[in-house]
Amino acid sequence: MLVRAHLSIFLQQVLNGLVLGSVYGLVALGYTMVYGILGLINFAHGEVVMVGALCALSAMTALQGSGLPGFAVVLLALLLAVLACMALGLAIERIAYRPLRRAPRLAPLITAIGISILLQNLAMILWGRQYHSFPPLLPVHTLHFGGASISTVQLAIILVSGALMAGLLLLVHLSSLGRAMRATAENPQVAGLMGVNVDRIIAVTFAIGSGLAAVAGVLVSANYSVAHYYMGFLLGLKAFTAAVLGGIGNLAGAMVGGVLLGLIESIGAGYLGDLTDGFLGSNYQDVFAFLVLIIVLVLRPRGLLGERVAERA
Amino acid sequence: MALLEAFELSKFFGGLTALDAVSLAVEAGEIFGLIGPNGAGKTTLFNCLTGLYVPSRGKVLVRGENLTGSKPHQLVAAGVARTFQNIRLFGNMSVLENVMVGCHQRSRAGALGAVLRDRATRSEEAAIRARAESLLDYVGVTGRASAAAGSLAYGDQRRLEIARALATGPALLALDEPAAGMNATETLALRGLMERIRADGVTILLIEHDVKLVMGLCDRVAVLDYGRKIAEGVPGLVQRDPLVIEAYLGGAPA
Repeated sequence: MLVRAHLSIFLQQVLNGLVLGSVYGLVALGYTMVYGILGLINFAHGEVVMVGALCALSAMTALQGSGLPGFAVVLLALLLAVLACMALGLAIERIAYRPLRRAPRLAPLITAIGISILLQNLAMILWGRQYHSFPPLLPVHTLHFGGASISTVQLAIILVSGALMAGLLLLVHLSSLGRAMRATAENPQVAGLMGVNVDRIIAVTFAIGSGLAAVAGVLVSANYSVAHYYMGFLLGLKAFTAAVLGGIGNLAGAMVGGVLLGLIESIGAGYLGDLTDGFLGSNYQDVFAFLVLIIVLVLRPRGLLGERVAERA
Repeated sequence: MALLEAFELSKFFGGLTALDAVSLAVEAGEIFGLIGPNGAGKTTLFNCLTGLYVPSRGKVLVRGENLTGSKPHQLVAAGVARTFQNIRLFGNMSVLENVMVGCHQRSRAGALGAVLRDRATRSEEAAIRARAESLLDYVGVTGRASAAAGSLAYGDQRRLEIARALATGPALLALDEPAAGMNATETLALRGLMERIRADGVTILLIEHDVKLVMGLCDRVAVLDYGRKIAEGVPGLVQRDPLVIEAYLGGAPA
């Protein structure tokens, strides 16, 4: 009996971890794609997630009384958030990174942090400092199995993230656009000389990463039913950790790193109280992500699936 | 009208004059050789002609159209493709994919098609694949299509670069020392390949150190020395030009 109870708790932590990890994975993809192609950590990426969530929230609030069915409102809001974030991603690339493409690496890193602060403050002005709750537009059911439970929202998070990741892998590995992206990541100069419009490919990369970030923002806000102007910061840092864990620059690595980090956090937080005899509670969850970051950076800086860091001269 | 024309091209790096008002015109259908001692500015000229460098002065014209300062991909669109002196393949991609990248410019499919894999996208992808396969056959790299590009033998890597450049559908193919590091047999096969490429309607601009190869193959030759063009003409005459002999052998003529 006790064993079963333990098992169901464990299963619950695994499910929670998968949900969390799918979101990390989606956001980590944005970091890793940009790093792969520009060798740049786009520290404003977490803020794109936040903008996506808040845009969707505004759209839902505006459309709530329109008489449209709930799922149509959600889909419209999601679409709007994706488009807004794509435009934002394109603007960030154009304004903050493209002029600095030949500058020393420190320069775009500083503008990235600058853009991040700028977006946080703009969002604070536009949406205020308060926590916004997501309107309950869809009926949420809870599914039970094996003593654990998962809500339909959480299930949707796992399924949507999985589908988007699969789509991205298809795009990158089996299409002309994807080949051009990989060629640009490997050597932008040569890619250009083979007819690839490098500026366009970089812009497309930002647009795709930002679109994924928007979806992640909506999913995570739907899960916690809350959004606010500062939500992108911690989420962004954790997703960056996931990207480093998987091997930054590597798409599969970002997904694996995301899910793994989610599991580590969830399982770690779940048992932290037991392990420390109640001294540390599950509110220390965030410690795990950064512990992982430090351990990876010290022991295996190229990450789990990373391989090419040395090649980038 | 010349297919590709350099008009008084100069390129300065700080105080160094790498190219000094070099003019030359490559006519459609010919094999034009570019020779000169090491450091004469041949590769710099190539880089200016293919959009990698923006020339400090002068113009680059393709079929009379001024494309000075254009991006590399715009010059590729205008019909100028190239290979590299030091091989620069995409090492993380397969042999076939390297050639398929060259086809990118002519593909229409966007991001949505790439994910949805609709009929039009799939048939275009199949066409690109078929074209890339036939180009590999054409240059003589066979049976290794799915291998990593970096795993090919040296001579095959050079031929793969040519296939990749041909995939862009060029009117002019600029080859930067394609025979470098090849043995006599491979060089002979390369010469056959270049003749075939020309016969199939692609003009060739060739940088080469192998004087025998250049003299036997090229219709016209230009000689660079210290960034200047010191001679131009049919190979037989250029070979006997005292300035050229001096540039290669050094020392003042008695």
